[in-house]
Amino acid sequence: MGVSDLLNQSFVAWMDADKGADSDIVVSSRVRLARNLSMIPFPHMLNDETGSKVVDEIRKAWKKSTSSELNRMDLVTFDQLSILDRKILMEKHLISPEHSESNARFKGIMVNNDGSLAVMINEEDHLRMQCFLPGLRLMECYNRIQLIDDELEKSLDFAFDERRGYLTSCPTNVGTGMRASVMLHLPALSLSGQTSRIFQNVSQLGMTVRGLYGENTDTVGNFYQLSNQITLGQTEEDIINNLTSIAGQIIEQERITRQKLLREMPYQLEDRIGRAYGILTNARVITSNEALMHLSDVRWGVDLGLIKNLKPFALNELIVAIRPAHLQKKAGKEMEPFERDVKRAEVIKEKLASH
Amino acid sequence: MYCDECKIRPATVHLTQIINGQMIQMHLCEQCAAKKGASVFNSADTGFSIPNLLGTLFSNVYNVQGISSPAVSSVSCPNCGMDFERIRQTGKLGCSECYFTFERELEPTLRRVHGNSQHIGKVPRRGGGKVMLKKKIEELKNRLQRAVAREEYEKAAEIRDEIKRLEKEME
Repeated sequence: MGVSDLLNQSFVAWMDADKGADSDIVVSSRVRLARNLSMIPFPHMLNDETGSKVVDEIRKAWKKSTSSELNRMDLVTFDQLSILDRKILMEKHLISPEHSESNARFKGIMVNNDGSLAVMINEEDHLRMQCFLPGLRLMECYNRIQLIDDELEKSLDFAFDERRGYLTSCPTNVGTGMRASVMLHLPALSLSGQTSRIFQNVSQLGMTVRGLYGENTDTVGNFYQLSNQITLGQTEEDIINNLTSIAGQIIEQERITRQKLLREMPYQLEDRIGRAYGILTNARVITSNEALMHLSDVRWGVDLGLIKNLKPFALNELIVAIRPAHLQKKAGKEMEPFERDVKRAEVIKEKLASH
Repeated sequence: MYCDECKIRPATVHLTQIINGQMIQMHLCEQCAAKKGASVFNSADTGFSIPNLLGTLFSNVYNVQGISSPAVSSVSCPNCGMDFERIRQTGKLGCSECYFTFERELEPTLRRVHGNSQHIGKVPRRGGGKVMLKKKIEELKNRLQRAVAREEYEKAAEIRDEIKRLEKEME
């Protein structure tokens, strides 16, 4: 079934870089919809008993549906998953860090076998459904998650008001309940110190930039998540189109800066990328942040054609495979930070050597 | 705590009224609050709802007392028991009904966050039917009022029956 596949391999759909447009710069696209059941208190007001009724309702709606997308999904509650397995889902971006902390039986996930569709149950809202694909494909994500939304709505009574739209636990999500985001890899703009200026402009357009793992996380390895801030007073299509066009402009800036750097300082650039590759293929002990930093340079090297025979897909997979839970799952045991640093170096070397 | 009025059902609506600087607190169940509200404010509007009424009261009290006064934690959501003070602290509402209970208080927040407070996006398909129905009922209620004002009682009775029929359909 879906969940066990996802837990035992590092692959998820969004890593498949060959299948996405602009996937040298846009790692992935994601659209998430927040939905709640009418009149039933939001998850932070629920306990095991009242919350389980919400799970039962969702389970019923899921079982009743004849949609093939929903039929291919699996539903698991967190009392059935170990903390390690929940962290694995988190590191794959299928659930949020907060959601992964709970082992409550009224919290859980519905997910399909390649992780392109996932529904968090009783996170901040009763349902948070997302579609997650490689490259710049926001509209496709939206269309696909909309089908799931429509399908579940056939048997669930979603909280909706004609003035406020879809009602959510936090007023920052009310209206469309939609958060669309793209994960961008911007080494050239970061290196030339242009990111803060761009992100300031972006925030004036009702968008926001976050780190690799969403809210309150650091930007590491030159990965940035660009998402819409406003959910009320704009249509879903407008939000998606705005975000797509702004992402397009950032991509263009990144490309121009990359060319400029390659023209003006080819030796330094090649040196930097070569050293990063050297460290990753020879290190015996490496921390997560150091690894991400060098992986960013190697990725850039692949995009520029300086490093051959290495697929972006393998690099996407590595971003996830070097995270603590994935390392421990692979090793089959709990590990101290130092042991993990050793294991990480091993995993990276193995992956880079096999290409 | 039991309802001050009927003393049978549990009190879920906590009302603080300040009239000429004198504070009166009432703890009521939903049914008694509805009666009380209807008699105090003599609402002829058939679309009368407790959440809307209390929301209005709440903001009036606010204006008199100032926002941070602890004496005015008066209204709680009839559906989930959430009060606005807690919403302000946590940034989270208790349930979908809180949006109606605290409509006034939320308006400035929504405008600040989104620059807007009117949804124009997707409407749920099945629930969408309900929304249409609700709009139709509201329109009929307006027509009913106009008919009554013009003393066209026969027509008013027809409209009233139609409203009743649609309201049944909503359920």
